[in-house]
Amino acid sequence: MNGSAWGLVIATFLASAVETVEAFTIVLAVGITRGWKSALLGVGAALALLVALVVLIGPGLLAIPINTLRLVVGGLLLIFGLQWLRKAILRASGLKAIHDEVAIFAREAAELREHGPVVPGAFDAYGFSLAFKGVFLEGFEVIFIVLTFGAIHQSVGLAALGALLAVIAVIVIGFIVRAPLSKVPENLLKFIVGIVATTFGIFWGVEGAGVDWPGNDLAIVGILAFTLLFSLAAVAYLKAKVESHSAVVSA
Amino acid sequence: MKGIKAFFAFVYDFIVGDDWRLALAVVLGLALTWGLNSAGYPMWWVLPIVSFGALAWSLRRALQSHDRP
Repeated sequence: MNGSAWGLVIATFLASAVETVEAFTIVLAVGITRGWKSALLGVGAALALLVALVVLIGPGLLAIPINTLRLVVGGLLLIFGLQWLRKAILRASGLKAIHDEVAIFAREAAELREHGPVVPGAFDAYGFSLAFKGVFLEGFEVIFIVLTFGAIHQSVGLAALGALLAVIAVIVIGFIVRAPLSKVPENLLKFIVGIVATTFGIFWGVEGAGVDWPGNDLAIVGILAFTLLFSLAAVAYLKAKVESHSAVVSA
Repeated sequence: MKGIKAFFAFVYDFIVGDDWRLALAVVLGLALTWGLNSAGYPMWWVLPIVSFGALAWSLRRALQSHDRP
């Protein structure tokens, strides 16, 4: 595999890991409070629908002319990347609460318990729908990343490999610890994915608009470095502002 | 019907997210880059400037709403 292929696998691995951790928390809450049968049925149904979506959309994406694909996918990826980066910068600087899987698990489990008892052995539609929704919505984000990155590289298989490795890693770790995966540095992963998505979104968007980059593919390194520096500077600036504001309030 | 509405709400939230201005800036940046290139002015730096400008503005808005009592 060359550097670009490694980049593709790593980007889809990181993005998929974040989403799988979030889906895992929901499924764990449903499984523990409402029973594993309905939870796993919900997971299976959501995965089947996601696979069907990939089979339906994937080949169509690969048939689109590469410049149109770069323009549209680059634009979508850039919007997505800027949103993730914004969220990660706000969390790192203390302007937004850090995603806490333990708190989310506790809240989900309390809501599930309030919904009444489960009849042993019976199909629990509520647990099923929650597990289905959680896996489908988080999984939808994973297939968006897999299809966009994969289509541009003309290698959906490699992108899917990154996602699959992430799902397997999260499930194996989750099975071992049997608790919400609170130790996974979700914000750091989101930060990295935001930077990568923003970088490739800008690169492909400009190429899709018909403009060549100075230095061709080497421009990616420049955009990546600038995006990283911008993000770190933004975190430092906002952190300082938040701290000075807190000092004024507490004085 | 409710499910379809909820799905589109999710897609909107997923792509457009917390600040729709970022999405609008990207669309405008791409259109401007494409339009300028079509007119014979290939300018690769337009999209990065528009994107990072919009992100800086969005972060500033978030900071201001945090500072507001």
